[in-house]
Amino acid sequence: MDNRYSCFFSDMGFLNVAISFIIGISTLIMIRIFYVVYRSSKPLYSRPPGPLSTLIILGSGGHTAEMINLLAVMQMDRFKPRYYIAAATDNMSLQKARVLEDSLPDKAEVELVETSQFMQIYRSREVGQSYVTSVGTTLIALSHALWLMIKIRPQVILCNGPGTCVPLCVIAFVFKVLGIRWSSIFYVESIARVRRLSLSGLLLYKLRMADQLFVQWPQLKSKYPRANYVGRLM
Amino acid sequence: MGGSDDSVKSKRIVFVTVGTTCFDSLVRAVDTQEVREALFKKGYTDLVIQMGRGSYIPTKSTGEDGSLSVDYFTFSSSIAEYLKSASLVISHAGSGSIFETLRLKKPVIVVVNEDLMDNHQSELAEELAERNHLFCARPQTLYQTISGMDLGSLVAYQPGDATPVANFINRFLGFNDE
Repeated sequence: MDNRYSCFFSDMGFLNVAISFIIGISTLIMIRIFYVVYRSSKPLYSRPPGPLSTLIILGSGGHTAEMINLLAVMQMDRFKPRYYIAAATDNMSLQKARVLEDSLPDKAEVELVETSQFMQIYRSREVGQSYVTSVGTTLIALSHALWLMIKIRPQVILCNGPGTCVPLCVIAFVFKVLGIRWSSIFYVESIARVRRLSLSGLLLYKLRMADQLFVQWPQLKSKYPRANYVGRLM
Repeated sequence: MGGSDDSVKSKRIVFVTVGTTCFDSLVRAVDTQEVREALFKKGYTDLVIQMGRGSYIPTKSTGEDGSLSVDYFTFSSSIAEYLKSASLVISHAGSGSIFETLRLKKPVIVVVNEDLMDNHQSELAEELAERNHLFCARPQTLYQTISGMDLGSLVAYQPGDATPVANFINRFLGFNDE
């Protein structure tokens, strides 16, 4: 009889410990997440940092044109090595990036060009694809994105576009929480978005995964106060 | 925009572009008698249609019978030359196409494709139309838009500038600005 009671009590004890452990870990993770979100919203370095490894995520068509416009006015010696990622089915975007890189004046720094790597990832969702099969392709995209992010671990992420960037930004955020790599994530909403954010933009805004989110029309600034209105890029 | 030409030989070309999309309803609308006549009445001499992935084939015309000359093609590696030689552009509502045309300071009628899923494109076209940078229409209202348009009411679009974003990012990361 005593044995039965002591088994019962030790089971209860184990359960209690397990539950306390889970609650404890979850609380720690929650605190860490809040800290990451809070710290991400503030300027990162108080002193000018050295060159920062940068991941540039390209979307199709108009998205790439806007990103090229932005890159053209940024000091490239501050953002290197540079990695470009575009969807596997998008051929034009990487070509445009290559043209930009080739046109950079500072060719003396050979390292600059050589370390820019061009890669491709599978799209989470093709235009017109049903939302149901999107789940499967998104999982594939997520695993591929994870593998790429482990390899690159960028300090800065620039993106402005469609589904391509969401898996990468989510992984970057998880890396921040786990202390694997702190990335500053900058999302520029497309100029085509005047009154509503795109799905990617909305996700990154609501989940507070982007350090800074930029919008190009004042209507979006009123609707999403934490966004930065910077005028138009095109 | 659109100064008058006295020379009989000089062309006033209307260039229609659907980019890489399939936009049969626009090509159809442009190919109707009433739209062609409306364009002709406005002084245009040629209609060139870039029909992209569409399946509707417009009717060619030499225009010898005193009407609009009509020609078409599917794709071009660069439509910049066509845009430059056009006096009026009728374009699908893709942002790349819109801004490429506005950069060339051409009058443009942007037509929104209502068959597209999640038609956020109309937001941009409508906003720019409200600011008088272009005209906005649907395939069904194209005729009215053409007949009623006043090119003089258009305001030039000032190109944007990405520098504020770059400066913001630099400051955020702690880089000093010159």
